[in-house]
Order: sequence, then C-alpha cells, then structure tokens
Amino acid sequence: MTTRRLVLSRSAALVGAASSGLILPSMVRAQSGKVRVGFMLPYTGTYAQLGVAIENGVRMAIDQQGGKLGGREIEWFKVDDESEPSKGVENASKLVQRDKVDVLIGTVHSGVQMGIQKVARDTGVLNLIPNAGVLAATRSLCAPNVFRASYTNSQPTLALGKAMMDRGHKKAVWISWKYAAGDEALEGFKQSYTAAGGTIVKELGLPFPNVEFQALLTEIAALKPDAVACFFAGGGAAKFIKDYAAAGLKGKIPLYGSGFLTEGILDAAGPAAEGIVTTMHYADSLDTPRNKQFRLEYAKAFRSQPDVYAVQGYDTGLLLIQGANAVKGDMSAKPALYKALEGAVIDSPRGKWTMSKFHNPVQDIYLRQVENKENKVIGVAAKALADSGAGCRMG
Amino acid sequence: MDFATFLIQLLNSVQYGLLLFMLAAGLTLIFGIMGVVNLAHGSFYMLGAYLGYSLSAAFDNLAWALGVGTLLAVAFGFALEWLLFRHFYHRDHLDQVLLTFGLIYIFEELRSIVWGDEVHGVAIPALLDGSLPLTDTLSYPIYRLFMSGICLVIAAGLYLLISKTRLGMKIRAGAFNRDMAESLGVNIKLIHATVFALGVGLAAVAGMVAAPVSSVYPNMGASVLIMCFVVVVIGGIGSVRGALIAALLVGLVDTFGKVLLPSMASMLVYMLMAAVLLWKPEGLFKQ
Repeated sequence: MTTRRLVLSRSAALVGAASSGLILPSMVRAQSGKVRVGFMLPYTGTYAQLGVAIENGVRMAIDQQGGKLGGREIEWFKVDDESEPSKGVENASKLVQRDKVDVLIGTVHSGVQMGIQKVARDTGVLNLIPNAGVLAATRSLCAPNVFRASYTNSQPTLALGKAMMDRGHKKAVWISWKYAAGDEALEGFKQSYTAAGGTIVKELGLPFPNVEFQALLTEIAALKPDAVACFFAGGGAAKFIKDYAAAGLKGKIPLYGSGFLTEGILDAAGPAAEGIVTTMHYADSLDTPRNKQFRLEYAKAFRSQPDVYAVQGYDTGLLLIQGANAVKGDMSAKPALYKALEGAVIDSPRGKWTMSKFHNPVQDIYLRQVENKENKVIGVAAKALADSGAGCRMG
Repeated sequence: MDFATFLIQLLNSVQYGLLLFMLAAGLTLIFGIMGVVNLAHGSFYMLGAYLGYSLSAAFDNLAWALGVGTLLAVAFGFALEWLLFRHFYHRDHLDQVLLTFGLIYIFEELRSIVWGDEVHGVAIPALLDGSLPLTDTLSYPIYRLFMSGICLVIAAGLYLLISKTRLGMKIRAGAFNRDMAESLGVNIKLIHATVFALGVGLAAVAGMVAAPVSSVYPNMGASVLIMCFVVVVIGGIGSVRGALIAALLVGLVDTFGKVLLPSMASMLVYMLMAAVLLWKPEGLFKQ
C-alpha cells in the first residue's frame, strides 16, 4: 500500500515537474542536433500582416548569414497566437513543452506577451520580443532570458515632449485610448513634456477601440491648446486624423503623436494627415545606406515593401545570430549566451542600437513629418534613448 | 466650459442618445413583446454598418443605399425569425441566450469571410460633408445633424406606428395578453415576425447611418450591445418611451463624462444605471 502510494506520488511529481518544463526540454535538447527556433506570432486576424512581416525579417537576417545559427542547422516551429491573450500561456507552452524550442520569438500583442512572459519566467526558455511594447516585459516582470528588439510603449513619446517644446508649444492636450498602450505612451509624454517646461492642460481618453471622437474634439476646440499630442494606431488612427480635420482643428492646432499614429494608414487618412509630426524609432524614408540596402533586399525577397515590423523582425534575427555565434550554437550555455545578448550592438536599418541592462533597445528616436503620404525624417528627437527599466530586478 | 461649448456638447449628447435609442428600441420591442433575450442585436448593427459600407460604394448615393439596405435588413429579419427565433419563444431565457450568443460568433465569422478583418471607412456624402460654424472657433458637422434628424423621424414614426395604427394596437394587444389577442383573431405569428424584422431593421439602419462617423470594423456590435442593455435596463424593459428617455440620459452622461471626468468616463454610465436601479429597480418606465 505504501509503496504503491509512493510510486503514485513520485510519478505525479515527475509529471508535474516535466509539464512545468524543468526536465523535458533539457532532456530533448541534448539529443537534437539542430537549433530549434519557435515563432509565436499572429498569423490570422487584425495583426496577421505584422506577424508575417516579422517572420520575414527574422528569416532574411538569418538567410543573409548562410541560414545557420552558430554553425548549426535550424529547425523552425510556428504557432499562430491569434492575438488572443487568454491563449497566451497555452500557445507559448506548446512551443516550449511540445516542440522543445531553444528560443521563442514572439510576439506582437502586449496582452499575449504577458502570457509568454509567464512561460519564459517559469521555464527559462530564451524569449526574443520582436514587437510588443508593454512596459512590464522589461520592467517589473523583466527576466534574464527575455530580450526585446523593438521598443517600449513609452519610448517614442519620451522624445516627443521636448520636440514639441522646441517648436514653441507650451500648453498641450493629450488624447488617446484608455488602455495599457495608451497609458504607457502618456507616461513617456508626460515625463518629457513637463521636464522640458510644458503643461498638459487636459488628458482626454476614450475606451479602446472606440472611435467616437466628436465630443473630445469639441472639447479640444474649446480648450484652444498650443498643440495636441496623441497615441492612436491602425484604423482608429486614420479615423482620428480625418475627424480632427473635419472638426476644423487641422491648421489651427498642430497635431503630434507617437509614431504609430501615421504608420500604415497614410493612404487611408489622405490629405488630412499632411503635416502631422510624430516620433518613432524608425521611418521608411530614413536616408542611410544601411536602410536603403535593407529595403531593396527585402523588396526583392518578399515582393513587398518592408515596414517598421519587418525591421524589428530583422533586428530580432540579427540579435539571435550574435548570441548564437558567441556560444558557437550551444544554446544551453546560458550565462555566456545572455552575456552576448546583453552586449549586442545591432547594426539595424533604423540605425545602430545597443541593449540596455534591462534588455530593451537603447536607440535613436526620429522626428518625422507627413509629407506627400510619407513619413519624412526631419531630425533626431533623441539620441540613444533608453527606457528607465523602473522596478526591474533580474534574478 | 463656456455656453457655446456646452451647447455643442449637448448636440453631441443628443446625437449619440438618439443613435442608442434606435438600437435599444428594437432590443426592448423584441424582449417586451416576444420575451426573447437577443444578444445578437449588436450583430444586426454591425451587419447594417457593413451593408452601408458595401451599398454606398455600389450606389454612390446615400438615399439608395439606405433604402436598399433597410429592405435587405428587414427581409433578413423575417428570414431569421422564421428559421430560428420562432422556435424559441416558448423556451426559457437560458436557451435564448445560448442561441443568440452562438449567433454572434456565426455573424462574426460570416463577416470575416465576406468583408475581411480590416477597418473600413465610409465616406460622408458630398452634400452633407462639412460643418456649420456656430462660434468663431466651434463648428458642428452637418452629417451629425442629419443623423439626429433621421433618428428623430424614425422615433416619431415608431411612436405613431405603435400608439396610433391598427397594427400597433395588435402589437400592444399581443404583448399584453397573447392568448386573448389570438382568440380575437389577431395573427400573432405574423405580428411577432413583423416586430422582429422591425427590430432588426432599426438596428441595421442605425448601423448604416453611423458607419461614416464610427468606421466599420470587426466586433463593432459588442460595445454597442452593452450600451443598449444599459439603456433598456434604465428605461424599463419593454418600454419604448423608457428607451428614448434612457438613451438621451446615457448620451448626456457619456458625452459630458468624457469631457469633464475623462478618467472615469467609461464608468459613469454604469454608475447611472446602478443609481437608477437603486431608486427604481424595474427601470424608469416599467410597463
């Protein structure tokens, strides 16, 4: 009786340990000759194009280096995360437990990233974030094995405040959706704008993804600030820009924003977008040989124009290559691998960037203005800008 | 807030309130008269918006798009009632909730297959584009006045239909005592189908009219549906007059909340609902 109970409890403990990833991955890793790379990206739904662009970027970076990582062949795995936060943990676990990946590349949606973050912290799998800007990933929930190759939500707006003051706008209204990304963008703007001496006369918000802007635009017209700063993205951004012009505010009160405001929607927004100034870590029109070469090669390989997401995917690939080369493909040599990633200098189409000690890019933020349906770079809003990493304890 | 701003925000409130009324009226009619809890009502709104998007592109004429769209939506309502809903009048609310909840998923999937997952904009017709200057800095978009106008006309029509016509009398009789009305020769089945199609039509027209100012996007029915239920609960279940008053109240609270208390805006409407329920647990105008 006792032995049977012992056997039962021991095997239960073993299954438990295995399913939490403590045993299985290391067992299998030792047997495999290939580096196992898993993509957890949105391949359906609203963000499908972003997922494809990111995967293209990663593959392009690795193909340019002969298609190997640290001299080892690669085996690819893919999971569609559907941008569905409630399935985040389950989907990430599939890659880690079932496919035994050495590195998990994902994802776009910040809510889904929180699921990946949990799995990465529980299992110790290397996670490279190619987009999701949620602050917690490299702040309160930071981890030695999680690295971001994109941006934090507050990084673009952290450069916006000073740029607006430099242009003589002392009083501004802030408007965005009331949800995590909007609040985090506001955090960056508030910090840089007040530090530069500006005053935010009002913070306006509406629930995501509501696009009934009318009441708020009326309020802005009545407040008559020097300028408006905002965070919107996608279809809602195009709608906001058009409504802003329709309300008669365009030309009277200049509109500024986090760069996502004018990414991918300039055709949809049309002339209403002309003149809008935004800050971001990349612009299609960035006039450097590195960017031009990248754009040409990407267009040749995938028959489409690269965007900021393709660049972030490309940089994720470059980062992975640097790490894998430093340990000659032995992805289980974790201390050496993390050290190489922390010391990485990425020669990116967006300009050279380095990794902060909180595992987020230290990068230039550009000032861009919409001109003839293009985000034209008109300067650098901030050199080598880092995220504060507040609350991060690597352990 | 100066007087001119106040006035314009009042216009914004009324416009939003009237749109909500169009939706809530259908919801409350279908519940009040047939006892069906219809969670798919938001999907009819979405269907209307997508119809408006396709039809305004096809006809390039607002009147035609609205007319054809309304006819299509009403026909769709009749078909849906005949195929599905009439089998559920005598089932309990849980079955109805499951049916209509399932329909939400089916409509979303169909929407995804037919129209894709992108956000679409609908152009405001040239005739109604532009805005009326009210003060030197503030102006009001003409299209929103037009929206309010359409909603008012429909609200008035609905009132006349229900309180002044023979059909309205039968609808009221059927709601009041179904068996008695039936034994007096009222064709209850036809009445039910008509009311249902009317509800679908109202929601679809609301979607079509709102499409140019709200954009057309996946899942757009969800948030609107919640607001509709809030309106119906505040106004009193089954009361069209209650829906009108409650919709205007919600419009006011939501619009002025967004402007005066932005950080609490999304909560205020629910606080209003809670307050009304404490004071009048059956809603303002329970029949």
